[in-house]
Amino acid sequence: MTGADQDPRAALVRLVRDEGRRVLATLVRLIGDLPLAEDAVQDAAVRALETWPRDGVPDEPRAWLTLTARRRAIDVLRREAARAGKEAEAMIEPCEPPPPQETVSTEVGRDDLLRLVFTCCHPALAVETQVALALRTLCGLTVAEVGAALLVPEPTMAKRLTRARQKITKAAIPYTVPADHDLPDRLRGVLTTVYLLFTTGYAPTGAPRPALVEEAVRLTRLLRELMPGEPSVLGLLALELLQDSRRDARHDAAGAPVLLADQDRGRWRRELIAEGVLLVGEGLRRTPGRPDPYVVQAAIAACHALAPTWTDTDWAAMLSWYDVLLTVADTPVARLNRAVAVGELHGPAAGLAAVESVGGLDGYPLWHAARAELLARMDRIAEAQAAYAAAMALPQDDAQLTHLRRRQALLGRGGDPARTG
Amino acid sequence: MPTYAAMIYSKDVDWTLPEYADEMKEYNEFGAAAAAIIRGGAALYQTSTATTVRVQGGKGGDVVTTDGPYAETKEALTGFYLLACADLDEAIKVAATIPGAWDGAIEVRPIIEFGA
Repeated sequence: MTGADQDPRAALVRLVRDEGRRVLATLVRLIGDLPLAEDAVQDAAVRALETWPRDGVPDEPRAWLTLTARRRAIDVLRREAARAGKEAEAMIEPCEPPPPQETVSTEVGRDDLLRLVFTCCHPALAVETQVALALRTLCGLTVAEVGAALLVPEPTMAKRLTRARQKITKAAIPYTVPADHDLPDRLRGVLTTVYLLFTTGYAPTGAPRPALVEEAVRLTRLLRELMPGEPSVLGLLALELLQDSRRDARHDAAGAPVLLADQDRGRWRRELIAEGVLLVGEGLRRTPGRPDPYVVQAAIAACHALAPTWTDTDWAAMLSWYDVLLTVADTPVARLNRAVAVGELHGPAAGLAAVESVGGLDGYPLWHAARAELLARMDRIAEAQAAYAAAMALPQDDAQLTHLRRRQALLGRGGDPARTG
Repeated sequence: MPTYAAMIYSKDVDWTLPEYADEMKEYNEFGAAAAAIIRGGAALYQTSTATTVRVQGGKGGDVVTTDGPYAETKEALTGFYLLACADLDEAIKVAATIPGAWDGAIEVRPIIEFGA
């Protein structure tokens, strides 16, 4: 949550989570057992939150957590070994005695974390499982918090996570950074998962969940730290920051979504825009030959972010960016957004023709809504009414439905609904 | 090192017929290429030769047989390999070279090592 910096308890939870994630990554490598490592780190985190407020935060929180988690893991292994008649210590020997934080090479910590990222986002796991694991294992949320964040009852989430960990262990999903020739594909999978986490929280049409957005941005920042200079990571981080810069302007006082065209741009977060624009620039410089889809989407978001008003948006530049985007990521939704830009640059008639030439979106409410907006601008009110009705007849969440109903109610009340409100 | 069952779901035909000789050759090539990690396996006759057995009322009850496979699906279980692989990534890579993966699907599942 946004109050993390002010609230000492929240700051402590954040510190334990961030450090705990690194401790976990190393412990998984040492003992090769994700469930055990996770339990051990969870245990250490609980102890930290019990003792640190009383005794003060240790000078080396990571070393403290590592030591505590290792002891816990050794205890468990010893108990299991006693039953099986095996030697437990041998399994954890490599880090005896526990190295203080300074002597742990940051390179080693980085590789461990990266391994953990690729394990949790392995394509053999369902995407929704990857998202849950990312929150649990990479972001350090409790099972209850993961359930709450993803709107899944806690017992269901606990089962899903247990099954996922079982699969990781039993099917031997590797704890490695993929080889160079597999890396681009696998990285794309990781970014898809992280962006899904972001969009689940950002909820373009529904009720946003800021805590999820924050976790996604943190995770993306971590990826940037782990893979510096990787253009798609720069692009994703830029895209997230530029979208998130609008967080305070995206909804009205009643919580209803406000269209980009109608947002109070004075409420956009300048510092996020500035960082996002810099990242876009770096991303573009690193991809002169082949545009990266995330960088290009971020460039589009940057065009919006830098425009003083909707009408002053550089629609020609916007259209060019969409054309570039279609060369690397040709999706119906990208085509629809391009068509909307056509409508702004060349007028509603051209926009409508462009929207109607996009196939495959009959079941997508916002395609009908885009038609409705353009028809309304041409004073074809009856057709606009019908288009809104078609949009609202499709399955969607309540917030979007409310929004469409309001747009429809504005029809024929003089002027252009896209510019009022 | 884990062992995986790679179960082949592909077209439900009699693989011994001469018209499938080319495919059998591809399987033989796979067998040779993966010989070092293949721990076992079998090819199965088509599902029309299958008999499904159930015992009604639990152990000791009436034996009821039905003609055909357990589940009727477009693609049928036509065979399997047991593969010893370092991890799931290797198992997936190997499974992708089983001819059945090219027009059907391979289900890769870790086997239980009892007493390991």
